[in-house]
Amino acid sequence: MTKITLAKGLNAGLRKAMEDDPKVLIMGEDVGKLGGVFRITDGLQKDFGEDRVIDSPLAESGILGTAVGMAMRGYRPVCEIQFDGFVYPAYDQIVSQVAKIHFRSMGKVKMPIVVRIPFGGGIGAVEHHSESPEAQFAHTPGLKVVACSNPVDGYWMIQQAIACDDPVIFLEPKRQYHADKAELDESVLPQPLFTSRVVREGSDLTLLAYGPMVKTCLLSAEAAAGEGKSVEVIDLRTLSPLDLGPVYASVRKTGRAVVAHEAHVNLGMGSEIAARITEQCFYHLEAPVLRVGGFDTPYPPSRIEEEWLPDLDRVLDAVDRSLAY
Amino acid sequence: MSEHKSDFGPDLGEVFGPHQADGGPDLVQLLTPEGERVEHPDFSFDLDDEAIKGFFRDMVLTRRIDTEATALQRHGELGIWAQLLGQEAAQIGSGRALRKQDFAFPTYREHGVAWCRDIDPLRLLGLFRGVDQGGWDPNDGNFGLYTIVIGAQTLHATGYAMGMQRDGVVGTGDPDRDAAVVAYFGDGASSQGDVNEAFIFAASYNAPVVFFCQNNQWAISEPIERQTRIPLYQRALGFGFPGVRVDGNDVLATYAVSQAALQRARDGQGPTLVEAYTYRMGAHTTTDDPTRYRLSEDLETWKLKDPIQRVKAYLTRNGLADQDFFEELDHEAEKLGEHLREGCRALPEPKPLDVFDYVYAEQTEELAEQKAGYAAYLDSFETTGGHR
Repeated sequence: MTKITLAKGLNAGLRKAMEDDPKVLIMGEDVGKLGGVFRITDGLQKDFGEDRVIDSPLAESGILGTAVGMAMRGYRPVCEIQFDGFVYPAYDQIVSQVAKIHFRSMGKVKMPIVVRIPFGGGIGAVEHHSESPEAQFAHTPGLKVVACSNPVDGYWMIQQAIACDDPVIFLEPKRQYHADKAELDESVLPQPLFTSRVVREGSDLTLLAYGPMVKTCLLSAEAAAGEGKSVEVIDLRTLSPLDLGPVYASVRKTGRAVVAHEAHVNLGMGSEIAARITEQCFYHLEAPVLRVGGFDTPYPPSRIEEEWLPDLDRVLDAVDRSLAY
Repeated sequence: MSEHKSDFGPDLGEVFGPHQADGGPDLVQLLTPEGERVEHPDFSFDLDDEAIKGFFRDMVLTRRIDTEATALQRHGELGIWAQLLGQEAAQIGSGRALRKQDFAFPTYREHGVAWCRDIDPLRLLGLFRGVDQGGWDPNDGNFGLYTIVIGAQTLHATGYAMGMQRDGVVGTGDPDRDAAVVAYFGDGASSQGDVNEAFIFAASYNAPVVFFCQNNQWAISEPIERQTRIPLYQRALGFGFPGVRVDGNDVLATYAVSQAALQRARDGQGPTLVEAYTYRMGAHTTTDDPTRYRLSEDLETWKLKDPIQRVKAYLTRNGLADQDFFEELDHEAEKLGEHLREGCRALPEPKPLDVFDYVYAEQTEELAEQKAGYAAYLDSFETTGGHR
């Protein structure tokens, strides 16, 4: 067994997917010789050639639009968007074409496209490099949206996303790329892609997160435990479709829920999740479902991003507010 | 026509010359509006007179599809219709130049190309009637679904062409194997970012795609001068591939130029921009009122260049078609009209519960639950009308 980072997990997952299926292509800016600005595609062009790891012109709509044609021809393109804030030039192709062609063709044309987006903040970048656009895609029927949070999930989820016959927006927490390592045991079968998972058990409150906030929430739960509070943490993993069965079970047990994400709170994923929990668990709730997230402002200059991003203390503050009801 | 005067830099009118309503000296023409064959140094029509009669039939029937659909819209059977009146030669010429293995990516006005790809014209009506969003399988006739977002399909075409390259069906020298893609778009679309990105991608990868621009002079009410200050075909040079302006009302020339461009693509020599210089004689769609923005004398001028009349003149002048031929064709057009009239009203209504099934290839539990919930809701009424 080897210990790997998220970046290595994704790289190995992409490599495995390309080995398993010759129709898998990687497309994007700088994905070839450079191996991507985060080196996620490192070495793949060298081994699979320029026809399968395609360095594209600097045009996001072009990357997604040509991917549509590739998919119609039977390929499975994996498009890399260099940074979250650069996805908007491709937004039309993603929401009007990629998401709708299966529907428009009444199932005759499949769009097995993966759009990899390094997302979220905390890396000290300039503007447009730290955003969390997930709700915009989760709001679009026809797209599936997932977010990985750790190296092992990164390895398996990218392969599962590529194998999926539907378009998948694949969100990668960029500040985790080269952070923590985890052991990858390939003999342990992965859980299905579109499922959530309890990553820490607890009995007093349910903390819900995905992507970069999973780590923050686990640290918060650890800190809360030191104060005698038992916090359960669920890694949502899939944002569209949502897998809320384990969430409902947890909330019925704890009676309290807090949703945390980096994205703006207003109309963010937390809004939908809070509404659904309220619909399904109303009589079990001891407190309103609370949301912790980025403020409803554009992403700030990086020197104050640590203030803007929800951190351990802001999550714990929400935990305390919930428990105070 | 607006003047291109500027205090900054050269007067483009002096650089490129004034706007030329006749298409200018580079216009490729093989059949004059009077129906006379003419030669061109670079492009020749290499089919026989029977083929020309076939093209004539295609154009007459395509026009019938268009006029019949327009009438159906006026009778409330279609919500809207995008007319192609005047663009028959551009579409039949390019459509007939395609081989079976080629693939066409249309806008929403390519009824003539659909005809060439053996799409039942009735299938075209579904989108405009509101019963489906394109009722044909793109892989059956190698004809993509109509695309409403302007220019988006030019990128799909380029990607598809890049897929052909990877499949090894370009430049093999085998005429039954080598394939190309044609992307249709209009003069208005030439302003879109996607079209320009498609040009960049196609040039960069030498993709086997023909960009076939039907410059019909109008993007709804916006004239060509609002889209470009140079002739559109000249833009190709800036992207690094050839551009040709062809008389879009001349079916012989559109065939010859398309055939050459497609062959170039199939041979692995990369993209070509074909600007079919034509005129939208009808409205943009049936909701449009062109009398608000264009001169009737322009329309009268273009009527003299009618793509169908000039072929009829050629056939008649050379004794290639007799009265029986034209009468039989009229009869065939009548039958086609009937097929559309009767078939349109008989198009099956979409079923509300079906919409849940096509969102994803792999159905989600969420949507299955929504479908079940809606089905239960419908069942709660005493009469659901059998539309499920």
